[in-house]
Amino acid sequence: MIDVDKWEEIFNTIGRHKLRTALTAFGVFWGIFMLVLLLGAGNGLGNGISNTFKDDAINSIWLWRGKTSMPYAGLKEGRQIKFDNSDYDYLQEQFKDVESITGRFYLGGDKNVTYNTTTVSYPVRGVNPGHKLLMNSIITEGRYLSDKDVAENTKVAVIGKTVKENLFKEKEAIGEQINIGGIVYTVVGVFRDPGSEWDMRVIFIPISTAQTLYAGTDEIHQIMFTGGDLSTSEMERLEKDILLALATKKGFDPNDKQAVGSWNMAQEYQQFLSLLTAINGIVWLVGFFSIISGVIGVSNIMLIIVKERTKEIGIRKALGATPKSIVSMILQESVFLTAVAGYLGMACGIGILYLMSGVETEFFRTPQVNFGVISIATLILVVSGALAGLIPALKAAKINPVIAMKE
Amino acid sequence: MIKLTNIHKSYATEFTNLHVLKGIDLQINEGEFVSIMGSSGSGKSTLLNILGILDEYDEGEYHLNGNLIKDISQVEAAGYRNNLIGFVFQSFNLLSFKTAKENVALPLYYQKVPRKERQEKALEYLEQVGLREWADHFPNQMSGGQQQRVAIARALISNPKVLLADEPTGALDSKTSDDVMNIFKEVNNKGITVIIVTHEQDVAEKTKRIIRVNDGNIISTDVPQTTEG
Repeated sequence: MIDVDKWEEIFNTIGRHKLRTALTAFGVFWGIFMLVLLLGAGNGLGNGISNTFKDDAINSIWLWRGKTSMPYAGLKEGRQIKFDNSDYDYLQEQFKDVESITGRFYLGGDKNVTYNTTTVSYPVRGVNPGHKLLMNSIITEGRYLSDKDVAENTKVAVIGKTVKENLFKEKEAIGEQINIGGIVYTVVGVFRDPGSEWDMRVIFIPISTAQTLYAGTDEIHQIMFTGGDLSTSEMERLEKDILLALATKKGFDPNDKQAVGSWNMAQEYQQFLSLLTAINGIVWLVGFFSIISGVIGVSNIMLIIVKERTKEIGIRKALGATPKSIVSMILQESVFLTAVAGYLGMACGIGILYLMSGVETEFFRTPQVNFGVISIATLILVVSGALAGLIPALKAAKINPVIAMKE
Repeated sequence: MIKLTNIHKSYATEFTNLHVLKGIDLQINEGEFVSIMGSSGSGKSTLLNILGILDEYDEGEYHLNGNLIKDISQVEAAGYRNNLIGFVFQSFNLLSFKTAKENVALPLYYQKVPRKERQEKALEYLEQVGLREWADHFPNQMSGGQQQRVAIARALISNPKVLLADEPTGALDSKTSDDVMNIFKEVNNKGITVIIVTHEQDVAEKTKRIIRVNDGNIISTDVPQTTEG
């Protein structure tokens, strides 16, 4: 049951000591407020960095053509290594447990693309269906390229959101015919990309169609794998295995780093993760010290308040107050004050973070805080304020009232 | 009402043991109007503090209203102070952040009297000391005499058996001192035992018995020659 009389006495005291109340409350308010902003900013920084990785699959290995730098099996160095469809098929066969594989064929430069009377140039790429996972493309309308498209060299195209908006405006794009560099394609899908705007200016067509219609070749410019939920070390092993398989198939020294270029995005991501951990560490350190300084501030004020109230305590005791009622009065007052102030600081801080949630830049986006963490921080301040008040309050409640009244 | 037997009290300081009360024997009956006189350092204030259970004594026995007050807990002491004793101090000791009415009502708060009843009673007791219309004023808006009357109302509101006053007129001019002494007289007429510590002869002479203390001993106890009607 709530002791209404007691709370009335507390509110009375709080209301009649505005400066003291304001000073105590502000100390706690400011500590929590700054902590919320700080943690929010740290998270915003982390979110910004993580977001740059949302663009493409985090676990991916990229391979491109190179020139041998070491002689191998009687062949001189300086040999150009090229990929073709048989290499793709071979790798697909060898690594069929890996999440996805895709080849990429570039149609040199941008191509003029025409729909009705509108003509715009866009980059056009021949790819395999696995390319969708690699780029994290999200299909918003229709479908992506299929294995059947690649097998049958169909003239179908999947276009980026920007392409759709430029060429079709509000109109339906699926099923429409577009002309890419003189050849007519049917639009079967529209995609969105979590990465940059530029990624949505691309048109994808089946790799086999691109090879035969524009170059009359079975050459592949790049081959990429995605590893799904493989760990960083598993990805490193996969990269080694792929290069070894290629060395065997293409005939180059397995130690030759120049013959085939490769890049493992998982490693890069790992570095960013450590950066993120470091940022988090710094944020926590600063947060820890700001809590400590808050604790010291609140404790100080509590000590001063109890000292200032010694005479009042003496008078109350002379009028019949028990030591327990004195201590509980001081404690309840301090807990109430610090809890309300902490809550306000939390609310204001979260409010400001909410206002900033629209901010989306490369290094900073959607700052947020863990509510549990902030609640615990508030609790720490409240408890330490109470503890700091408790010891002098216990002391003051024990003093002979005559001496206390002489203060 | 009050019975002291061979009360001793010393204060230990860093270098010496200050023997303040050296075997006080004293009996005060219910309804008496008594003054305790002495120069400063005579031990009269210490005596009053022991009577008010604000301070402890080292040796002897103190009976208040039939109860032996010795080695009692803080809670028991608070109970006696709250129910049996009313205090009036030289420096009034009102809480500056509370109005006259709130100050007067405070002892009832510690008796767990409901709020409404507290307020009504506080106004009633302010009326008795002639300050009803000052109920919502803060102490710093009142004169010394008014503050002391508020303090008396506060001491009386818990309906004590004994009213203890420590130099109640020490901070007042002679005109207001007379007013305050008249209030004490009225209080005593209602049957409440009143004990006043003072060093002023004319204040002491308004009481019905004067106990003189010197150097920790009672040196005389007599009825004043001149008593005003």
